[in-house]
Amino acid sequence: MDNDGNVIIRIEGLTKSFGHTRALKGIDLTVRSGEFWLIFGPNGAGKSTLIGILATLLKQTKGKLTIDGIHLGNDIIELRRKIGVISHQTFLYGDLTAYENLFFYGRLYGVDNLKTKIPRMLAEMGLEDWADERVRNFSRGMQQRLTIARALLHRPSILLLDEPGTGLDQHATRHFYRLLDDLHSQKRTILMTSHNLTIGLEKCTHLAILTGGRIVFSARKAELDGKDFEEIYFHYTEKERK
Amino acid sequence: MRYLKKVLAITVKDLLLEAHTKELTPAMLVFSLIVIVIFNFSFEPGMQNADIITPGILWIAFVFAGMLGFARSFAKEHEQESIRGLMLAPVDHSAIYLGKTLSNLVFLFCVEIISVLVFGIFFNINIFPIIPGLAVVLGLATPGFVAVGTLYAAMAANIRLREILLPVLLFPIIVPVLIAAVKITGSVFKGQPLSDVSGWLNLLVAYNGIFIVVGVLTFEYVIEE
Amino acid sequence: MKKIDIAVFVLGILTFLAISLSLYMAFIYTPLEKTMGAVQKIFYFHLPLAWIGFLAFFIVFLGGVLYLITGSIKWDNLAYSSAEIGVIFSTLVLVTGSIWAKRAWNTWWTWDPRLTTMLILWMIYVGYLMMRNAIDNVERRAKISAVIGIAGFVDVPIVFMAIRWWRTMHPLLITSKGMGLAPSMLTTLFVSLASFTLLYLYLLLIRVRLGLAVNTAEEIKIRLSDKL
Repeated sequence: MDNDGNVIIRIEGLTKSFGHTRALKGIDLTVRSGEFWLIFGPNGAGKSTLIGILATLLKQTKGKLTIDGIHLGNDIIELRRKIGVISHQTFLYGDLTAYENLFFYGRLYGVDNLKTKIPRMLAEMGLEDWADERVRNFSRGMQQRLTIARALLHRPSILLLDEPGTGLDQHATRHFYRLLDDLHSQKRTILMTSHNLTIGLEKCTHLAILTGGRIVFSARKAELDGKDFEEIYFHYTEKERK
Repeated sequence: MRYLKKVLAITVKDLLLEAHTKELTPAMLVFSLIVIVIFNFSFEPGMQNADIITPGILWIAFVFAGMLGFARSFAKEHEQESIRGLMLAPVDHSAIYLGKTLSNLVFLFCVEIISVLVFGIFFNINIFPIIPGLAVVLGLATPGFVAVGTLYAAMAANIRLREILLPVLLFPIIVPVLIAAVKITGSVFKGQPLSDVSGWLNLLVAYNGIFIVVGVLTFEYVIEE
Repeated sequence: MKKIDIAVFVLGILTFLAISLSLYMAFIYTPLEKTMGAVQKIFYFHLPLAWIGFLAFFIVFLGGVLYLITGSIKWDNLAYSSAEIGVIFSTLVLVTGSIWAKRAWNTWWTWDPRLTTMLILWMIYVGYLMMRNAIDNVERRAKISAVIGIAGFVDVPIVFMAIRWWRTMHPLLITSKGMGLAPSMLTTLFVSLASFTLLYLYLLLIRVRLGLAVNTAEEIKIRLSDKL
């Protein structure tokens, strides 16, 4: 299933319209197992829409989408098992404790041995002392860490991150990206969107620019050595602005 | 089986949230009692039509309290967009519907039981001999109401004017439940046997069956973005 | 000319002829009823209006179901168009019923099962239209409209039965409109029924055409702004 070089996500001609507005105008992307894709784009480019469709939360208007061999449209429920989603909203319940939140999501995903797995997960995120504390009292950085715990609890092979750095201070951001490194080294496939050029560049394996609903640039990071990605980004997004 | 476990996980989560915050049930209860008390002031004491009107008062109180509860239950899911977290789970979205319907049912039952006791005190009706009859009408009428209310509350959850829209949308649909519940309750208050109102009981059973199916089938479309 | 324009034109002529005929038959051809006089003639319109009120809601239901199955917005357009027309016809049913009741039984309203069910249906229509106004997202609005249409359609027969049982327990002084009909009256009724159905279809087609035009205009607007 997850052999190196195997295509995990294949997007062909993905179009998404909201009413008459086309948010995505034909996206083609091929992601292989173990790759870490960083997708940059200005606000309104369609980043959240793309993640939403990959996460099975939105239905595409046109186009073919295959994730881990499963066509989107069939057996969506099996697919959700393999995906973990981290967004700028935490999906957590502020009035439940960290433990209770994880327990609930564990139940939703049918994860067993929660009584041992949850403490372990909390410890990995540095939250073991806060297990019985209500999430409402957590700092944004702590909530983000708990969100990662929530997303990883069911051991997904694919991680989708939608501008996860939003609202994090410098310290928390650093911590987050250190975690991201660990996630990637565990042989997961990661797709992350961002509009912040300074963070995350070091960790990824592939880069893409999404603007105006289209992917206008994509490359392996290794190929870009020496070229300034920032220049490339402004070049492509300036074009759209005209 | 796995499906059922996930339904219950959602119900338990809602109950746990309520146990922590105690936001919902007290508010619903207070609302229900306010309605009962206000109606009491609207009528002359010892009025002739008392036994026709009093079942109606009870059920109007439950309807208003219920709508409050349904709306708040979904509002909670939009705080950190946890509704999306629920939608990401590897289970059919109808599980969310059933899980929430069950937790709403538990909350409303609690409110109903306490309201009935208080009602008995206010209107000097001896509750204890008619508990079985009341249990039947509460047990049969409430699920249908909650099933429809939960579906409509999900619809109204993030719309403009949701506070006014939920009652406007819901009332026409629950008319059959209201009529049947009031009829049966009135008959129970008079000490009549349940066999007298078997037609209404059947109506409730049919209504419950039909609308739970409608809810399960259409919930998916209501929460899609 | 497009097909829909031709249909509208033809239907328009047919409707005009049919309505003219039924107006003639209702007011001139049929005799004046003894007890109620001219007001009785409301009956020739009240019943067809009620029939259309229900038919229109059936189309709302159908449009909703077809939208959920196919995802094609044109079915939502059909449902919405039918709802707009249906609410008008339902309002007219209630008004004509009220005028009739005042004349016949000296009361503005009667909790007659049919009239009350129509009142409930009217409320469902109003809720449907209010809800549509409150959502801007086209797909979400279409989906929720469809669910309201389905739930409402399933509910109406149950409401009717519940109210009928409720009413039989308190025998009404006022019974429904069962009265002896002269043959000319019956014919007029059927002609009226047919002509109002045509009227409904005509209005529906115009409204649907308008909806399609609005959709096209929106599309063009977006395409233009894309190019700029």
